[in-house]
Amino acid sequence: MTQRAMTLSVKIASVAVFLAIVFIAVPVLIAASGRTDLYYTLTSVALLSIASAGVWLTFYIGRINIGQGAYALMGGYVSAILVVNHGWSFWPTLPVAGLFCAAASVLIGLPILRLRGVYFAMVTLTLTEVARLLALALPITNGAKGMVSIPLPGALSVFGLTIIPDFATLRNSRLAFYLLAVTLMVVCFAVMYRLVHSRIGKLCQSLQQNEELASSIGVNIAYLRVIAYAVSSFFGGVAGAIFAAISQSIYPSSFTVTDSVNFMLNCFLGGLGYVFGPMLGTLVLYFGWDLLFQTGQFQLLIYSGLMIVLMLVLPNGLLSLAAPTRKN
Amino acid sequence: MEQVIANGFYLGAQYALIALGLTLIFALMNVLNFAHGQMYVLGGFITYTVYGQLGLPFVVALLASGLTLAIIGALMEKFLFRTVIRRSLREESTMLLAAATAFFLDAIILLLFGEKQRGVPKIVKGVFNEGGIILPYDRLVVGALALIFIAAFVLYMQYSRVGRAMRALAQDRVAAQLMGVKVDRYSMIGFAMGAMLAGIVGGLLVTITGVNSGIGGPISIKAFLMVMIGGAGVVGGAIAGGFILGMMESVGLTVLREYGDVTYLVIFAALMVFLSIRPNGLMGKPWG
Repeated sequence: MTQRAMTLSVKIASVAVFLAIVFIAVPVLIAASGRTDLYYTLTSVALLSIASAGVWLTFYIGRINIGQGAYALMGGYVSAILVVNHGWSFWPTLPVAGLFCAAASVLIGLPILRLRGVYFAMVTLTLTEVARLLALALPITNGAKGMVSIPLPGALSVFGLTIIPDFATLRNSRLAFYLLAVTLMVVCFAVMYRLVHSRIGKLCQSLQQNEELASSIGVNIAYLRVIAYAVSSFFGGVAGAIFAAISQSIYPSSFTVTDSVNFMLNCFLGGLGYVFGPMLGTLVLYFGWDLLFQTGQFQLLIYSGLMIVLMLVLPNGLLSLAAPTRKN
Repeated sequence: MEQVIANGFYLGAQYALIALGLTLIFALMNVLNFAHGQMYVLGGFITYTVYGQLGLPFVVALLASGLTLAIIGALMEKFLFRTVIRRSLREESTMLLAAATAFFLDAIILLLFGEKQRGVPKIVKGVFNEGGIILPYDRLVVGALALIFIAAFVLYMQYSRVGRAMRALAQDRVAAQLMGVKVDRYSMIGFAMGAMLAGIVGGLLVTITGVNSGIGGPISIKAFLMVMIGGAGVVGGAIAGGFILGMMESVGLTVLREYGDVTYLVIFAALMVFLSIRPNGLMGKPWG
């Protein structure tokens, strides 16, 4: 009992420390050092880790998802089209983009979630290509020219009380975007943590191990798979929508196969067995890539070389360092 | 129409050879080799260097491409994939490794050969023009060579001792090991052969389409498509998938021309529908 209470207090303390770091320490440090460009980097990390969290969830049901770029692109376009063509405010488009992606993923997922292993991986990989080609071909997405000069998010007020000020009037919209992205990231990972430690989470884990066995003891595997995939795509869509808002533009090439692969790599690198793996993986990969920028033409060589070495040394992800080896 | 079919047939022969290498590696090790397109590009650049730059005969260049890639493939299997498969808790971890090696090869290719589009002199001059079909002779030669390689590969897998061992390995790894098949050795040979095939196609196609460092990824995706159509890990499936994709591309480019650049969109959509009806492709084994 005392031990359990202790682990609980340790958990609460570490969450508090994490929140203090991202909401207070990081802005203070950036303000002190004057490196405001870091806001953009950290915002990207937060958003990419949301999309990666979605990919992680599909890993959790035993599917390799290399199609998250498709949903990020879709979410970005849904939000952009609603804002530009229909004059919506940005805020309602955020959940709408997520829900649109979730609905689309149910339609797509129903047939393709029957596939397993590499087949699912390859189909989702081509899904990213399909999304790109669709964005090029459809009239509403404005083809290769993309959607540009999307207005910044406006004010959000409930019952006359302004919760979020108009981003265009802010002196430091970078900080605003950072806070928005980080808040969403915290919410997203809280949801993930809750989901994984709920009954559904346990059922998902049973899918990962053996679908037939799970099905034979009465788990509705088709339903669970679609739910997990829809949640995953929701995250992808939301992340894509904010990306479109930050860069104020979206193109068919905004999210490509490379991005989809990177989302998957983030999960692998952080560790597939850990909820917070995608967050760490994204941080390390994104910053690693940025830091190696000074090496110029050798950037990709060193980056991929390090990735290979990391894979050889820690094939189960970075977080497997912290956890005691469960084998043996 | 004859022209379209001839083009499709020629494309299909190339594609089938690419897909064969990918499917071989998958069948033996359950590894989805993301770096397959990059291996193809590397093969192309080696032929470009040996045949185009040094002026040695084309056959020598092709051999050099195949041999270099075979060595690279063998080393990759021995030092990278084998280690990760042994240490990792989940089999899928090899995908990260495969993606990383793809990036790595991309970087090396970019450093060594630059980003320019490269081509080589034609291997045979002249154009075949009869019965409404126009095909340059070099395409005919390359197509025929591809068919010869496919036939040689199939015969080798079917009748040689090594081929038999590899087929046993693909069927059931544990059972093969129990029957005394040296699993490690044949995994390495298989990976080397898969890489070699990619290198050879790269060397063949550089004479026609040329090569540049950016086409590795798209080639990999095409290879995945073919393998999905035919079924992963099956030799016959890879050949069928290659020819089907080649034909669809050729027909699609002609029929759908007036709707813009939608051929691949249509192919992808058709593939989704097809896979929802037949999840394992034409001849694939169920996964799991």
